[in-house]
Amino acid sequence: MLNTISLSRYEILRYSRHLLIPEVGLEGQRKIKAASVLVIGTGGLGSPVALYLAAAGVGRIGLVDYDVVDESNLQRQVIHGTQRIGDLKVDSAKARLEDLNPEIQIDTYNEPFTSENAMRIAEEYDILIDGTDNFPTRYLINDVCVLTGKPNVYGSIYRFEGQVSVFDARSGPCYRCLFPEPPPPGMVPSCAEGGVLGVLPGTVGTLQATEALKLILGIGTSLKGKLMLYDALDMSFTFVNLKKNPNCKICGEHPEITHLIDYEAFCGVPGHDHDEGSAGKDWDIEPLALAEMLKQNRPVHLIDVREPHEVEISSIPGEKLIPLGQLASHLSELDSAEDIVLFCKTGTRSTRALELLVSAGFRKVKNLRGGINAWAQEVNPDLPIY
Amino acid sequence: MSLLRIPTPLRPYANGQKEINVQARTVGEALFVLTDCYSGLRPHLFTPDGQLRAFINLFLNDEDIRQLQGLDTPIKESDQLILIPSIAGG
Repeated sequence: MLNTISLSRYEILRYSRHLLIPEVGLEGQRKIKAASVLVIGTGGLGSPVALYLAAAGVGRIGLVDYDVVDESNLQRQVIHGTQRIGDLKVDSAKARLEDLNPEIQIDTYNEPFTSENAMRIAEEYDILIDGTDNFPTRYLINDVCVLTGKPNVYGSIYRFEGQVSVFDARSGPCYRCLFPEPPPPGMVPSCAEGGVLGVLPGTVGTLQATEALKLILGIGTSLKGKLMLYDALDMSFTFVNLKKNPNCKICGEHPEITHLIDYEAFCGVPGHDHDEGSAGKDWDIEPLALAEMLKQNRPVHLIDVREPHEVEISSIPGEKLIPLGQLASHLSELDSAEDIVLFCKTGTRSTRALELLVSAGFRKVKNLRGGINAWAQEVNPDLPIY
Repeated sequence: MSLLRIPTPLRPYANGQKEINVQARTVGEALFVLTDCYSGLRPHLFTPDGQLRAFINLFLNDEDIRQLQGLDTPIKESDQLILIPSIAGG
């Protein structure tokens, strides 16, 4: 197929800085034009990946995302803009990429990447790029790549740290070789809960784009068989060696996984990064109901399980702060005979706090549905939402 | 003393520290010293029956301890033990 790919005079001008590099040249640029890459996620990681691959002239880029653009995305998802708030992310991203490079083909998939559609969508592409924000979809992408013999360019982030690798089970380890099991639900906070330095996915995603281009061009030393750990605070890059696990359940000597599974059940968490905010109707209390309790001076202990720096943003009068990580060691300070309402930013951490208290025998305990953000929306609009 | 690097998601359980010096002869002993100092880390690193959790990767310098002698892998003073957890942000 490469023999049929040619570059127009316009493309030669556009990509001249690539053509000047001996390791790229006309042949390399033709390889880039012939390549097809599926970018799953058009958020923090997907933004720089898609932008740089489009700029490079990758002939066909697929974008998978079911979400819409909101304000809190714009701190890091630089492919979108203020004018795009409320738009489908894939539409927003496609418009930006077509402006950057109208010579390439952009396909959009406004749907979650699931076991039902993943094989169908991925079939058209040579390389998959993991720009997702949750464990179930990461395991799904890995398994699709292993089962179809495609490379998975992996990147992940948390606060100031990032990881990058290229998993290609045909010649090395896959994601499951490194992480055979996901962490227990709630153990590793999402970006929505734990936060992330906005520029961090810019760095990590750009590294993913670099690895993808190296694969396409067949140059350099890829990160296959290595995991790169990036710490933005130290500005340190650490490389560790990865080897294929002979007992890997999907790419090992005796694979047990031969088709796609239910990844949300496997990981015990949903396939997205949105704060859920609810412990279920039996354990939730609505913001307005709590406000009524407080107005009637009914005795209730308000326990805030956020981190100290969040209390500066917004707080509820009368609250007591016990960060979630310290709650277990402070249980003796709580009276199980009294009504307790737990809250956090949107209700995810407080749901875990509630589970901890219930397992310790507390029964008169509720989770503030939607957290202090819902309180700000429904009870006290003077408080900012974050 | 060997250096043990703590990843961000686990630092709240290690008093916020990112690096800890430990005196130990093996990887397992180093983890024992660590969880002895910071008991809050224990349930995140080990199952109730004392096995290292499968989502925690330990590298001695740049090699996975699963490729070496696991928790029995000997460590030297100049060694670095890196805990690498799964992270999924994107």
